[in-house]
Amino acid sequence: MPPRDRVMNRVALRYQSRIKRGAALANGKVVDAKDATALLEAVIEPGDRVCIEGNNQKHADFLSAALAAASPGKLNELHIVQSNIALPTHLDIFESGIARKLDFCYSGPQGLRLFNLIGEGKVEVGAIHTYLELYSRYFVDLSPHVSLIAAEMADREGNIYTGPNTEDTPAIAEATAFKSGVLIAQVNRVVDRLPRVDVPADWVSFVVPAPKPHYIEPIFTRDPAAITEVQILMAMMVIRGIYEKYSIATLNHGIGFDTAAIELILPTFAEELGLRGKICRYMSVNPCPTLIPAIESGFVEGIHCAGSELGMERYVAERSDVFFIGRDGSMRSNRVFCQLAGHYSDLFIGSTLQIDLEGNSSTATLDRITGFGGAPNFGSDSRGRRHNSKGWLMAGEEGRRDERAIPRGRKLVVQMVETFREGLTPTFVERLDAWSLMSTFKSPIPPVMIYGDDVTHIVTEEGIANLLLCRTLEEREQAIRSVAGYTAVGLGRDRRLVEQFRRRGVLVYPEDLGIDKRMATRDLLAARSIKDLVRWSGGLYDPPARFRNW
Amino acid sequence: MEHLEFKFSVVGNATTAAQASAIVGVVGSGNLEVLIENEDLDGTCEVSIDTSIHRFGATWERVLADFVERHRLSNIRISINDGGATPAVVALRLDQAIADLLRGSR
Amino acid sequence: MPVAFDDGVVTGEGLIAGHRVLIAAQEGGFMGGAIGEVHGAKITGLIERAIETRPAAVILLLDSGGVRLQEANAGLLAMGEIHRVLLDARSTGLPILGAIGGRNGCYGGTSIIARCCDCLIASEEGRLSISGPEVIETVEGIEEFDAQDRALVWRTMGAKHRRLIDEIDVIVPDDMSAFRNAIIAQLNVSRPLSLETLEAEQSALRRRVERFRDAADARDIWRALGVDSPECVSEMEADDFNRLVEGLEGSGS
Repeated sequence: MPPRDRVMNRVALRYQSRIKRGAALANGKVVDAKDATALLEAVIEPGDRVCIEGNNQKHADFLSAALAAASPGKLNELHIVQSNIALPTHLDIFESGIARKLDFCYSGPQGLRLFNLIGEGKVEVGAIHTYLELYSRYFVDLSPHVSLIAAEMADREGNIYTGPNTEDTPAIAEATAFKSGVLIAQVNRVVDRLPRVDVPADWVSFVVPAPKPHYIEPIFTRDPAAITEVQILMAMMVIRGIYEKYSIATLNHGIGFDTAAIELILPTFAEELGLRGKICRYMSVNPCPTLIPAIESGFVEGIHCAGSELGMERYVAERSDVFFIGRDGSMRSNRVFCQLAGHYSDLFIGSTLQIDLEGNSSTATLDRITGFGGAPNFGSDSRGRRHNSKGWLMAGEEGRRDERAIPRGRKLVVQMVETFREGLTPTFVERLDAWSLMSTFKSPIPPVMIYGDDVTHIVTEEGIANLLLCRTLEEREQAIRSVAGYTAVGLGRDRRLVEQFRRRGVLVYPEDLGIDKRMATRDLLAARSIKDLVRWSGGLYDPPARFRNW
Repeated sequence: MEHLEFKFSVVGNATTAAQASAIVGVVGSGNLEVLIENEDLDGTCEVSIDTSIHRFGATWERVLADFVERHRLSNIRISINDGGATPAVVALRLDQAIADLLRGSR
Repeated sequence: MPVAFDDGVVTGEGLIAGHRVLIAAQEGGFMGGAIGEVHGAKITGLIERAIETRPAAVILLLDSGGVRLQEANAGLLAMGEIHRVLLDARSTGLPILGAIGGRNGCYGGTSIIARCCDCLIASEEGRLSISGPEVIETVEGIEEFDAQDRALVWRTMGAKHRRLIDEIDVIVPDDMSAFRNAIIAQLNVSRPLSLETLEAEQSALRRRVERFRDAADARDIWRALGVDSPECVSEMEADDFNRLVEGLEGSGS
């Protein structure tokens, strides 16, 4: 028998005292913006795990600044557990000693500074996670004691409306509220009646109306005017050589110009091939404006989104047959569900900065810590999948080494890269920079974005390497070299193998797919400018000022 | 600017072109223009390149040797003005130019 | 410095709707369409030839940030020579048509070329201004002009604004055949250049400065010109916009 005096609800008791301290500053649940720092000093305790909501787009920027303004004498040794390190204030708290430990997924523009702070010993990194992995750990060993979230509106009881950028809020709110954590929402407005409730009031501890609406970055907008002919050529190869061949109906696209080029030639190139209704029917992506022509021309029938995109709100709201829309008429996004949906789809395609001879890819380069975001979850074989589709079965069959092996399906994971990046930096390398980062980081493993054994195809301007058909690791290396162009890796190919590879379908050149390179011009794009996208949308897409040229 | 010149001899049939010359591309950042002409060069191919990026002579030579070999070209003069194009863009432009020369402009 | 076979401009002679014209087309992708010694000499030579051979018009397809500064005096001289020969041609009654539809717009010395033409045709993506957005921001500060705010750039320098204040004559959709049709309509139409027309232009400019002195934004000017919903102008397609302009001209404002 355990001793009777053992206390098993310490966290809940601590929650009560946190709330009592915070309530002194609140009117009901609402706390004035000027008292935000005092509120955080009142409810957070040294050593707490804290999440500051922020991802690709929406950020609890005001509360993040309020935390950075706290006194390191009162708040210190915090353990930050959040998906994105994107704002300067996210790192200010490490510089000042308020926080020490960090578990995260992704750091874009702050990658260089983070790298330096780690070097100075100011940041102690637990791990760089993938999105699903970090959110899963919220429900295991990393539940936040305090979470600072961002939302559009709250009512006076504390119900929360996120608007179309729901994103990570549900995962954070659930993990915090049901593990006796304090949930504080920064809102743009407090209103009497919400359009819809995204987080119920009894999960929410405090509401802080921010002086300025939370920052949202339009990171999924790609101007068709910047798409190059090489990208169009590669997009043609992907449609013929992969989407058509495997009848890819469900998929996830990365967010670069390469995949934007695919989206923009669906209504032209793929339409002429008679592929409407056969490929690209369901997608797990943000509402990228370059998808508008494919949606309007009936290619893409359903999209679930991880988040929204600035300017797309009205267009999305008017397309409820395609998108997931709340009763209020605006989109509901959810990063965790979108990641799951994409994980179980037929195909992931995206770009990367480096690929090695085994097909491992990484976006980590020497002086930056960037992390991975969603690509590793999308870009890995879904071994928990059991339902079948033509492409999944075909890929499984192609990858089957041995007739006696049990038949199974396989997800297609495609890396689409040019052999050289800007400044003539080679994409293909003998050894990933990730190895050097591993030692800098004192990490037991190098930060790899997508593992080579998950990658099924590599597409470059030279052709498509089908890694499923490679029988040995040596063949796999040669297949990769055969599409690596004039990089040192590409020049190291065994030229005698090329014809054999082409016969076996390991290597596919544009001419093998009947592609006339002279067709690879911008005339093939269904929209050549942002204005064209507005026209396709019937005037519903309202691009941010920085993307206009009218 | 760096000036490069190469000469290639491929054993093969004389190239039969649909037109005397073809030009594609624009000299811009990461882009190039290619002028390709029929000319009696004793069965060889001559290439001259002006490029804004230095020290890539070996890569140029490989790209062009592959190109000449792939199309079995002879009696062809190629002139290139380059604004720092990647080999991907170079290869695409060369293929576009030769297609125009052999089959006639679009 | 990069070189191009044609130094960034193609010049030649041809027929448009059966009319003989001389034409120059700038390549905006090469050094932003900037005008250097050879580039400029080609345009000057074209217009000199036109003065002798009397085509139905000289057509200038402009897409240029101005003079090629790295060529220093040679570039400036080339620009000056184009301006001079343009005015020579116009004084003989030879129509010079300018068209602006490229991504660089028409800035610096090239904007002076544009304003020396008999008639200017542009799509709404076209821009026309002496100083570029970044120059203004650098000189006057970001509070005065935020060069990143593209909506602001276009409503200040874009073709629609230039049409509304009478610096551009025709707005067309961003489409080759629309430009072609607009050009055909202007062939053989010369607007004589005389002392009287220049003086009239001068006093019109003086009145314009007076009238819009207090306008802080192009939209204030549009409202003063009688546009009911200035905030809708940027979103209008070319046809709707032209109807709006016709209405304003009809009402005499």
